[in-house]
Amino acid sequence: MQWDIVIGLEIHVQLATRTKIFSGSSTAYGAEPNTQANAVDLAMPGTLPVPNEQAFRYAVMFGLAVNAEIERRSVFERKNYFYPDLPKGYQTTQLERPIVGPGYVDIDLSNGESKRVRIHHAHLEEDAGKSLHEDFHGMTGVDLNRAGTPLIEVVTEPDMNNAEEAVAFAKKLHGIVTSLGIGDGDMSQGSMRFDVNISLKPKGSDTLGTRTETKNLNSFRFMEQAIAHEVDRQMDILEDGGRIVQETRLYNGDRDESRSMRTKEEANDYRYFPCPDLLPVVLDEAFIEEARNSLPELPDARKARFQAQYGLNDYDAGLLASDSKLATFFEETVNLGKDAKLSANWILGEFSARLNAEEKAVADSPISGAQLGALVTRIADNTVSSAGAKKVFEALWTGESDNVDGIIDAKGLKQVSDTGELEKMVDEVLAGMPDQVAQYQNEEDPKKRKKMLGGFMGPLMKASKGQGNPKLFNEILQKKLGG
Amino acid sequence: MTISRTDIEKVAVLARIQVDDEQVSALEKDLGNILDLVDQLGTADTDAVEPLAHPLDAVQKLRPDEVTETNQRAAFQAIAPATENGLYLVPRVIE
Amino acid sequence: MHNKSVAELSRELGSGTISSVELTRQFLDRIRAEDGKYNSFITITEDQALAEAEAADQQRAAGKATPWTGLPLAHKDLFCTNGVRTTCGSKMLENFVPPYDATVTARFREAGAVCIGKTNMDEFAMGSSTESSYFGATTNPWGNQRVPGGSSGGSAAAVAARLVPAATATDTGGSIRQPASLCGITGLKPTYGRVSRYGMVAFASSLDQGGTMARTAEDNALMLNVMAGFDPRDSTSVDREVPDYTATLNEPMKGLKIGLPREYFSDQLSPAMEQQVRNAVKEYEKLGATVKEVSLPNAGLAIAAYYVIAPAEASANLSRFDGVRYGYRCEDPRDLMDLYTRTRAEGFGEEVKRRILVGTYALSAGYFDAYYLKAQKVRRLIQQDFINAFREVDVLMSPVSPSPAFAQGEKNTDPVTMYLEDVFTIAVNLAGVPAMSIPAGFVDGLPVGLQIIGDYFSEARLLNAAHQFQQVTDWHQREPR
Repeated sequence: MQWDIVIGLEIHVQLATRTKIFSGSSTAYGAEPNTQANAVDLAMPGTLPVPNEQAFRYAVMFGLAVNAEIERRSVFERKNYFYPDLPKGYQTTQLERPIVGPGYVDIDLSNGESKRVRIHHAHLEEDAGKSLHEDFHGMTGVDLNRAGTPLIEVVTEPDMNNAEEAVAFAKKLHGIVTSLGIGDGDMSQGSMRFDVNISLKPKGSDTLGTRTETKNLNSFRFMEQAIAHEVDRQMDILEDGGRIVQETRLYNGDRDESRSMRTKEEANDYRYFPCPDLLPVVLDEAFIEEARNSLPELPDARKARFQAQYGLNDYDAGLLASDSKLATFFEETVNLGKDAKLSANWILGEFSARLNAEEKAVADSPISGAQLGALVTRIADNTVSSAGAKKVFEALWTGESDNVDGIIDAKGLKQVSDTGELEKMVDEVLAGMPDQVAQYQNEEDPKKRKKMLGGFMGPLMKASKGQGNPKLFNEILQKKLGG
Repeated sequence: MTISRTDIEKVAVLARIQVDDEQVSALEKDLGNILDLVDQLGTADTDAVEPLAHPLDAVQKLRPDEVTETNQRAAFQAIAPATENGLYLVPRVIE
Repeated sequence: MHNKSVAELSRELGSGTISSVELTRQFLDRIRAEDGKYNSFITITEDQALAEAEAADQQRAAGKATPWTGLPLAHKDLFCTNGVRTTCGSKMLENFVPPYDATVTARFREAGAVCIGKTNMDEFAMGSSTESSYFGATTNPWGNQRVPGGSSGGSAAAVAARLVPAATATDTGGSIRQPASLCGITGLKPTYGRVSRYGMVAFASSLDQGGTMARTAEDNALMLNVMAGFDPRDSTSVDREVPDYTATLNEPMKGLKIGLPREYFSDQLSPAMEQQVRNAVKEYEKLGATVKEVSLPNAGLAIAAYYVIAPAEASANLSRFDGVRYGYRCEDPRDLMDLYTRTRAEGFGEEVKRRILVGTYALSAGYFDAYYLKAQKVRRLIQQDFINAFREVDVLMSPVSPSPAFAQGEKNTDPVTMYLEDVFTIAVNLAGVPAMSIPAGFVDGLPVGLQIIGDYFSEARLLNAAHQFQQVTDWHQREPR
């Protein structure tokens, strides 16, 4: 049978506020356990929540960035359940009147088309703490530093139909969040968490199938794998005549496996009701206008600018503009390196590959945009060959040195571009390879001739200790060998 | 309105309160009486009435995003039933 | 000294006829000698009180005294006190020593008052007799084996027995007014939001309000001067100017328009009780007030609405007592579920568990609209009744409870019978308006109070009316034997 895949996403975005949503405790990451959990965060008796204005500003900025209606009067509810990382025994969240109403995001697909993904709503809520499952004599340890960190939970409509669309949307949303500066978007630390709702239905059917929710996708790669995995799993079940159980599944990216979360599902009844400790939050037009005025350049606008200002193609511009840190890095590179296309190639090529290989974010890159710009300059002015440039990049990356010209000198990577010198080398090499020269000159097929020309390059590079400008060598060779 | 033993057992699980058979019997009577009292609400005509969550028609004040709290872990964990390495300990949680 | 009011003691301390240390010692001695009969205190903070008294005497010597400097008072044991255990009358918090102060206790500390102890109460403020305390029942100083009312029965009994001149209390459905009435003292439940709830262990957040208990209206005014005001740590507290509540105590009663809510003079009220209330109203007429009958048509629905809203809020508010971060934890939990269910089964008393279960049920899937939402709509109707009444009159007067202090054990076996004790007080909490109970006579040798209900933020007028009554009557001066 043919199946339609239906995907909706729920995204938790930790907001980059200094303090928690309902208390003045710091939200800085990485503190010693429970040192950033105060009386309110620990749900000490009698303590009360006081909401953080900045969380509302960020939520409004997000809403405006995804073309959504802003709720002028939003309300908090309590969602009741017991869990050790939830100190109050309820999560303070928004159900009936979330701060961000319906909106949308347009995504670019690899086939060149664009697709609109609708946002159902986004609401403000508090994060839970963390349960640490290392063994404390058979016990679990609970760290409540994260408890009360402000989140917006973004809920999409089930508008995506394959992993590519889901990942494209996720990346787009990530780009919006980081561009706005309302979250650091770090998926590995859980500052941005994607849950994927997936269901299958017979091709063309109007009835949605039973969906599952897959959690724990801490990279875009795992997200893509997890969707493929879950689609396969559901398809196998359905084609064997089985039924999908509505459940939450935990994905293990390292093993490409998922399993049902046992505990959370049993007879859930969250008993939502309006939180009596909080009043309705009324945002006036001035507040919303101020948020609108503080909106930075967003990925769509930036992409258009990159195309216009730097002459980048649609694809490169889209990739570079999607992530604000990457975009900033690109502009730092271009600022020094001038050659935008070359800068883009290096960032999307060598630089991105290296980040991926080491699972690093742009912010953790050991090299700066300015350094890469300096390197791009030296490639553009023929000081180094691209092979030499890779060596310079390596030295920058490993921290051997931070000075591009210094590395080129120290490693002797400067290309020889003096034609007289290069001609002398070509003459010497050709004199030592008479058979090959004769063979070349007797060959009629231009393709074969071109290939044979390459055979001279090795010895030439060797003769020049790798410093000869390959482009010039090529030109001289053709001249000497008669075209 | 009556409340069944099954309802009481279900609600006790939601509220995380252990109840034995004898308690369920007593609760059946007591909660039943309370719900009878509460059922008077049904006599009120509330068709055009907005629910009232707070007695005062006030709106929420928001707090500036400034750190006001310091680390008080030692004081808080001094009154905790079980801690180790700064963590609160609970029986093994299986997700 | 123990018969003097806060205002009088403040003057004595000011004139130097007695030091705070001496005064504090006298009250501590009285507690030690007398409280065995009443069990009005859960914790007596002798050492700390004497240290605070000494500091207060130094403050006074340095010329930095407030009206409260060196004055002993007690706190209901649900106001968190830094370094002093705060039990809420529950096994769950038997050994809970908060490392922080409630805003109310902090304000009294800053004003220089001396906390001599924490008073007994119904567990988690759920009750009308102070019989559900894990630390044993409190006895009414006026009658052998009579309840002091509740939930602030410890504060009321302690003030009535002259063990302390004033005590803080809280009122969610009548928990200040009913015990004040049953113990023959003066108590005030302010407008919702007038006093910060921060550090006050929550029962029902949209109904709970901290308030005052003392023997005179003037003393209640002195207390409210310290307690009232906006608190940035309580989002539901009101940012509104706080008047000096003592400044208007002597305003004349001439022209005061009193309303008597028809529904509060029903057959639920004994003729003897009604007579006392009507006599009190007559005193006001003598002072120049006018009286008319008014109606609160939805008053009869107040108990029903309350017993949905209060348990629903409580069911969530009490979820934090889970044995993880503080408080009672069961022995050797097998697993997480066992930790939760046994900790809460063993740590909470029967009435608390009943209310958590009722509240959980009312919020659960399929019942939310019929119970919770319906109750909130009825709540608005009840509020509207008060708004309408206050278009016609300045204050409402009524009985506080249907009968005087009942016998211990008489009503605590049937929850609903106990709930009906609050039939005249609960609507006030649903509407959020302020109300007082002032001593207004005796029935069968037991004190009964008059309830005075005011419009939002009319505490000054209520205290004024109460004070004027106390200038022409002496019910509030009667001492239990």
